[in-house]
Amino acid sequence: MTAVAEIMDYDDVVARFDPVLGLEVHVELHTNTKMFCSCANVFGGEPNTNVCPTCLGLPGSLPVVNGKAIESAIRIGLALNCEIAEWCRFARKNYFYPDQPKNFQTSQYDEPIAFNGYLDVTLDDGEVVRVEIERAHMEEDTGKSLHVGGATGRIHGAEHSLLDYNRAGVPLIEIVTKTISGTGARAPEVARAYVSTLRELLRALDVSDVRMDQGSLRCDANVSLMPKGASELGTRTETKNVNSLRSVERAVRFEMCRQGAVLVEGGEIVQETRHFEEASGTTRAGRRKETSEDYRYFPEPDLVPVAPSREWVEELRGTLPEPPGERRARIQAEWSLTDAEMRDLVNAGAVGLVAATVDAGATPAEARSWWVSYLTQQANSRGVELAELPIAPAQVARVIVLVNEGALTNKLAREVVNGVLAGEGEPDAVVEARGLKVVSDDSALEAAVDEALAAQPDVAAKIRDGKVAAAGAIVGAVMKATKGQADAKRVRELVISRCS
Amino acid sequence: MPSISRDEVAHLARLARLAVTDDELDLFAGQLDVILQSVATVGDVAAADIPPTSHAVPLTNVFREDVVRPGLGQQQALASAPAAEEGRFRVPRILGEEA
Repeated sequence: MTAVAEIMDYDDVVARFDPVLGLEVHVELHTNTKMFCSCANVFGGEPNTNVCPTCLGLPGSLPVVNGKAIESAIRIGLALNCEIAEWCRFARKNYFYPDQPKNFQTSQYDEPIAFNGYLDVTLDDGEVVRVEIERAHMEEDTGKSLHVGGATGRIHGAEHSLLDYNRAGVPLIEIVTKTISGTGARAPEVARAYVSTLRELLRALDVSDVRMDQGSLRCDANVSLMPKGASELGTRTETKNVNSLRSVERAVRFEMCRQGAVLVEGGEIVQETRHFEEASGTTRAGRRKETSEDYRYFPEPDLVPVAPSREWVEELRGTLPEPPGERRARIQAEWSLTDAEMRDLVNAGAVGLVAATVDAGATPAEARSWWVSYLTQQANSRGVELAELPIAPAQVARVIVLVNEGALTNKLAREVVNGVLAGEGEPDAVVEARGLKVVSDDSALEAAVDEALAAQPDVAAKIRDGKVAAAGAIVGAVMKATKGQADAKRVRELVISRCS
Repeated sequence: MPSISRDEVAHLARLARLAVTDDELDLFAGQLDVILQSVATVGDVAAADIPPTSHAVPLTNVFREDVVRPGLGQQQALASAPAAEEGRFRVPRILGEEA
């Protein structure tokens, strides 16, 4: 058994050391087909149903590049302010592991399609940090392994493994930052903000589902510490299995504290891959590699070079969405939000969702209110990101329209949203199935009003004397009697007209 | 000075998961050295303005439309697998006992 890692107090760590980060983000493109074959690129599905001779690595099969994936790669590169290679090749990364039936992964080596870029990242207090991008290169995803016989599905102790190659060959873009230093105590926050901003950008580009929970966006965090004033970088560790924005921040913070404790004791950091444990917020050492990595990269002979013309690159530049920073500034001005309101919106990860809801017909105020309050609560209680809730902006917009039309009260609207979240279908279908229509039939309401007035004669008398404020008690009684399915405003009108 | 050492050949053999005996290592190291030296003569004629060639055909940008075409069904995909279970390829233990 390995001992539980000693942890240094965070303030002590940043007082004595400068953290240095390097972030690698893998993004699965949501093209229709895989990178090198025409199999469907879909998440889930019965195992080994989206496979063909090429992605199974059968003899005699040959890959052909998906043009749409190249287009997405170039657009991602441009959005990250990168240079786009005039000429580049794919390469074989050779290794033996059953997640790739070919015994190599088709990737790019020293000729990435995009390189030398940057992404400006805004922190919670408005400070902007420029994260430099080393490269963005194209490769293919691996299959999924299921380890059988060991404890908790881990590879250690497993008796055998089961492979599903539906994911093998799905287009993947790996985005690698240059080292990020000088962020001090804010390093974990910078890491989180970078991944969050990148996700927002990729969503705006519409190139990926960017679902961290489903693995379509994955982050590996390289962390090292260097003593204050030192000029030489410390030994780094690479933490994998970081599956949410919150985990990115926690993983970096934990590694800083763990490494700090080792270093002050005069110990050495082992260069290794570590795995983030979501439940405990800690990292554990992965398997030590007995030899240094030796992938014997060589140019892929079965694929010809990619040489995007400058005309094509410029054409694609014309399709880029507004950069996240500029977009935020514009939205803040257009919706007349204060800095604090804008920050809440950004922190909730709701900017794009609210914008899409507005595009689908809601007002900014209504859309913002739904996403930042009720839906954020729902996301928190489920432990997922707002964008991961199973409700689309267009569905939220529809609920808002129904409220504005008087077909739903706010209370009923929440029930409709709950129905959508529970997978009961579109808002109109939920209204129908759950019988949530507002009682708008005046005769039914009048009967309920008369009944309520009769039940509270003293209140009725007050209203007749002109004390309109007293009408609230009657409205409340009617709403209760109709189980909230009446329009309170209409009920109030009826109460007053019946008493005058 | 040979262009590839016996140790390098042993290393490559291990990376390629080839079981090579000591005698074979001596044999292959010598043979590979001859091959490498023969190929190296290309370097004598290649001037600095000639980039290394990886593809014999002067083609670039061969792309495919992003249109789904049916592949193999699960049954067909697994038909030649030495072992299968639950619709998946079954492979032996990945890590050795010592890991």
